[in-house]
Amino acid sequence: MKDTQGYLTADGRQIGGVLMEMRNITLRFGGVVAIEDISFDIREGEIRAIIGPNGAGKSSMLNIISGFYTPSNGEVWYKGAPRPLMKPYEVARMGVARTFQNIALFEGMTVLDNVMTGRLTHMHAGLLSQALWWGRARDEEIANREVVEKVIDFLEIQNIRKTPVGRLPYGLKKRVELARALAAEPSLLLLDEPMAGMNVEEKEDMSRFILDVNDEFGTTIALIEHDMGVVMDLSDRVVVMDYGKKIGDGTPDEVRGNQDVIDAYLGVAH
Amino acid sequence: MLTEIFIKPFADMVEAPDFLLQVLWEGLVSGILYALIALGFVLIYRSSRIFNFAQGIMVVFAALTLVGLHAMGVPAWVSVGLTLLVMFGLAVAIERVVLRPLVGQPDIILFMATIGVTLFLIGLGEIIFGGENKVMITEELGIPTGSILFEPWGGLLILEQKDITAVIVAALLVVALLLFLNKTRMGRAIRALGDDHQAALSVGISLQTIWVLVWFIAGIIALVTGIAWGARAGVSFALEVIAYKALPVLMLGGLESISGAIIGGLMIGMLEKLFEIYWGQPLLGGNTETWFAFVLALIVLLFRPQGLFGEKIIERV
Repeated sequence: MKDTQGYLTADGRQIGGVLMEMRNITLRFGGVVAIEDISFDIREGEIRAIIGPNGAGKSSMLNIISGFYTPSNGEVWYKGAPRPLMKPYEVARMGVARTFQNIALFEGMTVLDNVMTGRLTHMHAGLLSQALWWGRARDEEIANREVVEKVIDFLEIQNIRKTPVGRLPYGLKKRVELARALAAEPSLLLLDEPMAGMNVEEKEDMSRFILDVNDEFGTTIALIEHDMGVVMDLSDRVVVMDYGKKIGDGTPDEVRGNQDVIDAYLGVAH
Repeated sequence: MLTEIFIKPFADMVEAPDFLLQVLWEGLVSGILYALIALGFVLIYRSSRIFNFAQGIMVVFAALTLVGLHAMGVPAWVSVGLTLLVMFGLAVAIERVVLRPLVGQPDIILFMATIGVTLFLIGLGEIIFGGENKVMITEELGIPTGSILFEPWGGLLILEQKDITAVIVAALLVVALLLFLNKTRMGRAIRALGDDHQAALSVGISLQTIWVLVWFIAGIIALVTGIAWGARAGVSFALEVIAYKALPVLMLGGLESISGAIIGGLMIGMLEKLFEIYWGQPLLGGNTETWFAFVLALIVLLFRPQGLFGEKIIERV
């Protein structure tokens, strides 16, 4: 079922064909079933959210997409072909960048150096050339630096580019992490609770950046969040998970009207 | 007594500057070797937060392998190549058997594992090569063994050619390492990996590749140190103790700092020689080199717990 047909979003953006597809994914930890038989797709150019209450298995799903976990059953399809078992760094090299719920930055390095590591997958010059700063490595470094500066500019973190990351406040760290992921020019950007622990103002900033990234670079974004309000405003389509099962999938409006989703979030009398 | 401590040594230095130069040169030669070993520690620590106790025995093992291969009739330079191959194999084996199963364990467990590696290598070395002392194949490697005489200020300065060679080779190796760490993709990856494994994986860095690489580099460093030190003092398991001289160097320089390791190594090498000649021998009966470096490091730690060049840890509360 190769599907190249896209759809038109409410605000008139054209969404492309399927970029990644999860097929009947099941994940078990010993006897605990974290994810049970879930299928959904992520299309090119869209902002796709995975939501659900705490413990629903959202983060596990993201870890499967980024290769940190291996599914017990099911297949991950990427760019029209099933993806073989891969280590996280191999997935990263295929163009999937991510951020982490608990911020994983290189604390001792400056903002600029951190963002530069996002370009590691784009450096191919030989060792000698790199060490001597000559020939191909030089051109490559300049090109990489350009991308990085653009990203830094875009996320408005120019004023802290030389600051060691360890000294930054939480909200800015989150933004640096986003910058590093963006610097890789990923085909798919995974955001693990990008708004967790932020105040209202920071949340608004982050929402704006996510929308701008999608708009400006056309980056496909899959994000996890449990703050319903934010997600509904941000995303084109939403997968809702609860206790490891998929209970809803569709546009924010469709999902909002879904009785199972309402029950999961508000609770029902059993 | 006070003049003996505060005036006479300096008067001696001014009186015989050629002898002072000689002392400083001797200090520089051992200092640069301390620095090399410390670099091996720093490299592994930076990329994996493992304090590699086995660095010293790797020096012995590399030197023994080189001498052993040559004794079996292999030409000297071929032996060097084969020894490098053995050190690479060792790096792969350590990554595969020791490090990979212990990923994510507390640092102290990994530290204990490197002690295990040390004991294993001592045993393996003794089984294969025997425990008796051996002579480094200095001449066979084409290292000049004569000495050069200078006569500054009418005095006499003797530089042994093998020491000069050691200093040049070590300096070249240090420069190459610095370029590699600061300029190359792999170097960046090494620095990143030590900070956060998860983050490193997410930007496409392979843990396994980097670990094999840094342990192999540590192996190369071990071989160079083994040749240089073996040429001065012979090859035996006692060589391992010079690795412990790298400990005060690391305390001085900080575990993370490359330049700290180099400067710390040179400082300790020269200061301990100066102290031994001008204070130790006349006042304390000599043999101060065994402890001087540690006392110096302790004093520095009193005032700068992160070492002279270490990263200052900023705790956010």
